[in-house]
This record gives sequence, structure tokens and C-alpha cells, in this order.
Amino acid sequence: MASNTNFEKYKSDGSLQGNLLEWFDARFPATSMWRGHLSEYYAPKNFNFWYFFGSLAMLVLVIQIVTGIFLVMHYKPDASLNADGIPVAFASVEYIMRDVPWGWLIRYMHSTGASAFFLVVYLHMFRGMLYGSYRQPRELIWIFGTLLFLCLMAEAFMGYLLPWGQMSFWGAQVIVNLFSAIPLVGEPLSIWIRGDFVVGDATLNRFFSFHVIAVPLVLLGLVAAHILALHEVGSNNPDGVEIKKRKTPEGIPLDGIPFHPYYSVKDIVGVVVFLMVFSIIVFFAPEGGGYFLEYNNFIPADPLKTPPHIAPVWYFTPYYSLLRAMVWPLFGIDAKFWGVVAMGGGVVILAFLPWLDRSPVKSIRYRGPIFKTLLTIFVISFFILGFLGTKAPSYAFFGVIPGAPVAQLLSAYYFLFFLTMPWWSKIDKYKPEPDRVTM
Amino acid sequence: MKKLLTALLAAPAIALASGAALHLDKAPEVQRDNAALQSGARTFVNYCMNCHGLSYVRYNRLTQLGLTEQQIKDHLLFTADKVGQPMRIAARPAEQKKWFGATPPDLSLVARSRASEDGSGADWLYTYLRSFYRDEKRPTGWNNLVYENVGMPHVLWQLQGIQVLNSEHHLELETPGTQTPAEYDKTVADLVGFMVWAAEPEAGFRKQLGFGVLAFLFVLFGFAYKMKKNYWKDIK
Repeated sequence: MASNTNFEKYKSDGSLQGNLLEWFDARFPATSMWRGHLSEYYAPKNFNFWYFFGSLAMLVLVIQIVTGIFLVMHYKPDASLNADGIPVAFASVEYIMRDVPWGWLIRYMHSTGASAFFLVVYLHMFRGMLYGSYRQPRELIWIFGTLLFLCLMAEAFMGYLLPWGQMSFWGAQVIVNLFSAIPLVGEPLSIWIRGDFVVGDATLNRFFSFHVIAVPLVLLGLVAAHILALHEVGSNNPDGVEIKKRKTPEGIPLDGIPFHPYYSVKDIVGVVVFLMVFSIIVFFAPEGGGYFLEYNNFIPADPLKTPPHIAPVWYFTPYYSLLRAMVWPLFGIDAKFWGVVAMGGGVVILAFLPWLDRSPVKSIRYRGPIFKTLLTIFVISFFILGFLGTKAPSYAFFGVIPGAPVAQLLSAYYFLFFLTMPWWSKIDKYKPEPDRVTM
Repeated sequence: MKKLLTALLAAPAIALASGAALHLDKAPEVQRDNAALQSGARTFVNYCMNCHGLSYVRYNRLTQLGLTEQQIKDHLLFTADKVGQPMRIAARPAEQKKWFGATPPDLSLVARSRASEDGSGADWLYTYLRSFYRDEKRPTGWNNLVYENVGMPHVLWQLQGIQVLNSEHHLELETPGTQTPAEYDKTVADLVGFMVWAAEPEAGFRKQLGFGVLAFLFVLFGFAYKMKKNYWKDIK
């Protein structure tokens, strides 16, 4: 649908704008792109609540880029101390918060945007799991999505160093140190990443460079690939049936409606509701109770003072729990290394979902009790892993149930859910899929 | 008001009785009270700003608390020549490190950085500044229940008087100061209120603006929803 294969010459009606458009269309696929991606991109008509989060992720991306451009105008990636003994980078963030007109709003939008990005992306990914959106023929969309998730994690991690507070510094120190656990190359590798023996000015400058240009470029490229691939095969829907199987004589899917205007007007409603939630945080609780802006990060980075408890921001905590769950030095290699493997594996395994799932139907609506039960446990354990990741390893539920073994058990479940999927997704009971989508 | 004062007076005793877990008293809310914030600014400039800078706050920012630039120049401007300059201190960090062993931190953000699961940064400061007691074992002669073995002496002791720890590990006022306990609590409440303001001077405006933005979005939602309904009425 999305290509220019049905290209036709768009004839002008003789008006000025018609002539201008004709001139453009003869030189650039303006009208055909508009049609292919919007006004004649047929999306299933039964999208529900879960289908808002793709367009919302795009919105947050735009918010982050626009606010980021303005932040870079005033932020200084400099770890040296100013006359008051405060790192220049840290002081420049406070300068933005106090002396730059509307700087506080731009900064809060950016810091809240980081959390919002992960929130909508997690919900977007969960939608994919609910309705089997990763299944054939959408495997590549899903793989691009997994890569986007990885890039987003890198982007957030490096961006978090820039305010140069205590958590920025020690979070980066802990994570970069993990690489030193890789056998043979670990130590030089971690020095190469930092550009120094500890996180310092060199690290701050390169993370700044990656955060504002390198990773965003990759992100934008992947977003384009994600959407192009989607528009090539068409959107899945809550019933998991292919709308392209049943078409009108003109070749339009019977259950499809043009993305524009139907979903553009619908997504505007989603955007407004999202902006309400976003505004409540930005204007009334920008610290998010210490989860969006950690309290310790209002103290300038001090390489000589290790905070008693170093916790990542909430969106990393499920994966941080996977990392901490590995405490055994297997095959004589440091446990830290296996922690890194677990954390990385936890993300990468998502990419294999299209081939791990052997169910004959896509949507949860027609899947059986095994899938529903295991997925529910998966979601609950993901939340608990996230919660435990914000706590010290010594944390105990109600002061009695130790958190560390619970995190290990749930980490094992995280991987077993995926690794045993080929087996349980085959033996589950299924309901027959309908021919057409249901509203 | 009387009730509040009694509560405030009783609070430290109740709060600190528990011992093990850090219990913080709730700091009174004074952000809408310019008189209280001005009094806090005065206490800060007179007592805190000998050692602690407030270097992210410019003097003329205090006009936000209802002061005129002339008033600031006449009564508060001790460490700078112009009202547009930041509230720095004369001592430099390196010198302070030599004199005190550690540099007293800049307090611009202390009301935000001291927040924790135990309470807000204001609660921490409010409890901390009322929990100094005499301890001959410490080089300064002072210790603190909230911040054990604190490096800072009790700068406000002339106002509060001298507290000691009794046999039950409770704070007891041994020698009264120039202020009654209720007056001292008010002084600290104002001071903490000022530090909360200084940590984010735009916070009041931020919340005001938030209501406006939400009202706008609410109206926009009405139009957006109506438009969606209208477009979708034929889709079955």
C-alpha cells in the first residue's frame, strides 16, 4: 500500500495551489506518500485503547527532540568546578531551571518525557504481546521495535549522566564498571568507554555527544524503518486476523478504514488525554515522588562520596533486578559478567518472540488458559522485579520475606516464560478465529 | 493556631521517642506567606550565609517574596555589590575545606536533596534544625539526633537555648534561649520555608500555570472527542 507502485500523475485543476502541487508531484512523491501512509493506508477499524501508544511514542519522541534542542542551547557538559565549587554541568542545569526564561518548563518536560517515553513504550510492547503483533508477517517490525527499545535504553542511560548529580555519576560508574567483568578485554574496555579510569569529564562529554546526536540519529532511522515495515504489511488488530484477506473489488480491505482522517482524529483524543496526565506530572509532581527525578541527584557529583544506595530510575529497575539476580561466578567468570548477560539477554530475547510463539492464533482473545495464566504471572513478576530493583538487595517484604531470592525466582520465570514458550504455546487450547474483525 | 502550636511542641518529643527509625516532624507550610518567607530570608542571611552559599539564587529574586530592590540593598545585601548577583559567600570552597575540614555545602537545593522515604526535604530540615543537643565528645560541643556526629555547630543556639539528651534519649531544654520553644519553632519553620522557596523559586508559578494548562486541555478534549465521534459515526 505504502509504495509508489500505483503512481499516477496528479492532475491540476488549474488553480495556483493545484499547479504548485502538480509541480511538486512531478519531482517528489508528495501526494503518493500522503496517500500511501495516511489517506489511503487502511488500518483495521477495531483498534482499541492499546493502540494509542504507538502514536503517543511518536509524540514523546518529538517532545524530547524539541525540548532537547533548547536544553542544549544552555547546558554545558563540563565536569570542572566553578568558583562556588560546583560542577559546571550541574550548575548549568540549575541555570536553566532558574535564569533561562521558561527553562524550568523545558527541563521538566524533558525529564518527565524520559519516564513517559518508557511508560508508553512498555504499554506499546505489551499490546504486541496481547494481540500477537510480532507474528508473521510482522517479525521485522517487532525486531526493529526491540532495537528501538535497546536504543532508548542507551539514550536514557547516557542522558541521565548529564545533570552530573550524585545518582548520575554513580549510576554511570556502576553500569560502566560492569563491562570490566568481561573476561580478558573487560578492564581496557571499561576504560575505553569512560575515557578515564573513573567516570569524569571525558565520559560526560562523550555521553553528551552520544545522547544528543549519535543515538537520536539511530533512533530516528529505526522509527522510520519500524513504520515503513508496518505500512508495508499493514497493522494487526485486537482480533489478530488479517484484514487484507477480504477486500472489495477495488482492493480495499473490507474491515479497513483510511488512517487519515479516522485514526488521526482518534489519536488526537489520545494525545489530549496523554497531555493531561503528562501536565499533571510536569506541573504538580515533576520529581514523581523521587522516581522521575531522584532526590540524591540534587547533590552535585562527588567522586569521593559513594551514596549508600545506588538505584537506577524506575524504567530500568526490572532489568536491574535481572542483573543483580546473577550472584554465581559460573565457569570461573565473575558473577557481574553473568549479570550483564542476564540483563542484555532479557532485552534481546524479546526479538525472538516471533519464533518462540507456536500458537495457531495471534490474539489473546482466542488463546487458551495457559497463555492467559502465564502472561498474567509474567506481568506481575515484571512489576515485582521493577519494585525490587528500586530497593537495596537487603530489602525484605514486610521485613520478613527476603527480596533477593524472590528477585532470583522471578528472574528465572522471566526467561523460562520465553524459553518454554514453543512448548506451552503449542499444547494450549484455542478458540477458532473469526473471519472478520469484531467491533 | 493554638492547636497547631501544641502539636508542634509535642511533636519532637513524640517523634524522637521511637529512636531507631528516623521520624521527621511535618514542616509547617508557609509558601503562601510572604512575611514568613521574608523572616526566613533574614534568618538565612544572618545565620547561615556566613558559611553556606545560596549561589543559584540572585538577590533580586527576593523581590518575588514582596521585597523591593531598595529593601534588599539596605537589609540583606552583605556579600555582593549588585542585586543582580548571586547570594554567594565571601569564603571560597578551598579555604573552607582548610578551616573546617569539609566545605559547608551550598544550600540552594538542600530542601530537594534531603527528601527521602521518611519525609520531604522540608520535614528533614525542620526536624534537623530543632534536634541539636550538647555533646562534649564532639569537637564543636554539639551533636544532632537527625544527623549523627554532624560537623556543623548549633548556629541558632542563642535563639533556641541549649538542649541535652536525657537518660531516655529524649531532647530536653536545659538552658532557655532568647526565644520560647514556640517562637523558635516558628523561626525554623520560616527559615525552612525560605529554603524550600530557594530550591525552586518557580514552583508557585509552576502550579498556577498547571491549572491553566489543564483547563485548556479539558476544553480541547471536549472538541477532540466531539470531532472523533463525528467522523466515526458511520463506522460500524
